[in-house]
Amino acid sequence: MCATCGCSEESGGTRIVMLREDDAPDHPHPHPHPHPHPHPHPHERAQANGTGETVTIEQKVLAKNNLVAEVNRTWLTDRGVAAVNMMSSPGAGKTTLLERTITDLGGRRPVAVIEGDQETRLDADRIRSTGCAVVQVNTGAGCHLDAEMMQNALTALSPAAGSLLMVENVGNLVCPALFDLGERSKVVIISVTEGTDKPLKYPYMFAAADLILINKADLLPYVDFDVEQCARHARSVNPAVRVLTVSATTGEGLDQWYDWLAEQQ
Amino acid sequence: MHELAITQSVVDAVCERAAGRPVHSVCVRVGALTAVVPDAMRFCFGLVTEGTTAEGARLEIDQPPGTGRCRTCTVEFTLADLILLCPCGSADVEITSGQELQIVSMKVG
Repeated sequence: MCATCGCSEESGGTRIVMLREDDAPDHPHPHPHPHPHPHPHPHERAQANGTGETVTIEQKVLAKNNLVAEVNRTWLTDRGVAAVNMMSSPGAGKTTLLERTITDLGGRRPVAVIEGDQETRLDADRIRSTGCAVVQVNTGAGCHLDAEMMQNALTALSPAAGSLLMVENVGNLVCPALFDLGERSKVVIISVTEGTDKPLKYPYMFAAADLILINKADLLPYVDFDVEQCARHARSVNPAVRVLTVSATTGEGLDQWYDWLAEQQ
Repeated sequence: MHELAITQSVVDAVCERAAGRPVHSVCVRVGALTAVVPDAMRFCFGLVTEGTTAEGARLEIDQPPGTGRCRTCTVEFTLADLILLCPCGSADVEITSGQELQIVSMKVG
């Protein structure tokens, strides 16, 4: 049984659904929305100018998102919650990797999940079946999660202190790269059934990554995919990025992934 | 289509600052290395401003080119994309422009 948190009502077409009754906040619940005052007023000056006034603004377009992201980051840091933003094209294996990761970590560290999708709660149901606390964010027409959606999801989920928070972003190799959620790190997953040249075709996403996982390594004997070349392409847009080859199906390479996660405190 | 969310942010900020005054034009700076497509932004601007004080406003987009500086040989050069490779062969390149995404100004009243 699910409980729908009313937080989403003020967020356009976004719907947030908490899948675990125990974790669903009672309504009305105290929103820890810190209500930041995201109105930077830098360098504003008006100049009289014949037909009207020219107002100099010089404000970053994403200033509002970035301010909310900073509030999220502080909120997470204060509770010792490490948030990892998982991004990829649709079908790269994010949900399967999450299921396996939650199962393999076996309660060594509390894990909570924020699931982002345009529609349905199919992925959240899969994650929920592992016993993990999960909240679904449906973005409707939106092609990425943003900081406000993250904030509302955090309110609904209320992850335990010291936990690992995995955020499965909307499957899309373009838009999510631009929106800071307040996460600690960004992971980009590419599967070997995609092209070796993906990092060159979607450079913004790979440039934003702290870690790249090349998934579905068990299929390498059957597909034309060059792991080394893909890693070289990734480093051409992100010279210092770490690249791991894994299979969420067979478990190959996952120990290194878990070691990396353990470093995200 | 992140341009829709980006453009919505621009229009929200502009309308808030205009405080009810009609907005005639908006100038934004969109660097060549930002993954934001100016034509898509123009398309979205017409949709997003509908029914706001910025309806009918003109959108001017200034697009600075991408440039980088090589930390190995210190040469500055143009970057057509995010593939950070200096003509000298080094990939240790700092991006010096092209990532701007700013609302520069607007004309109101």
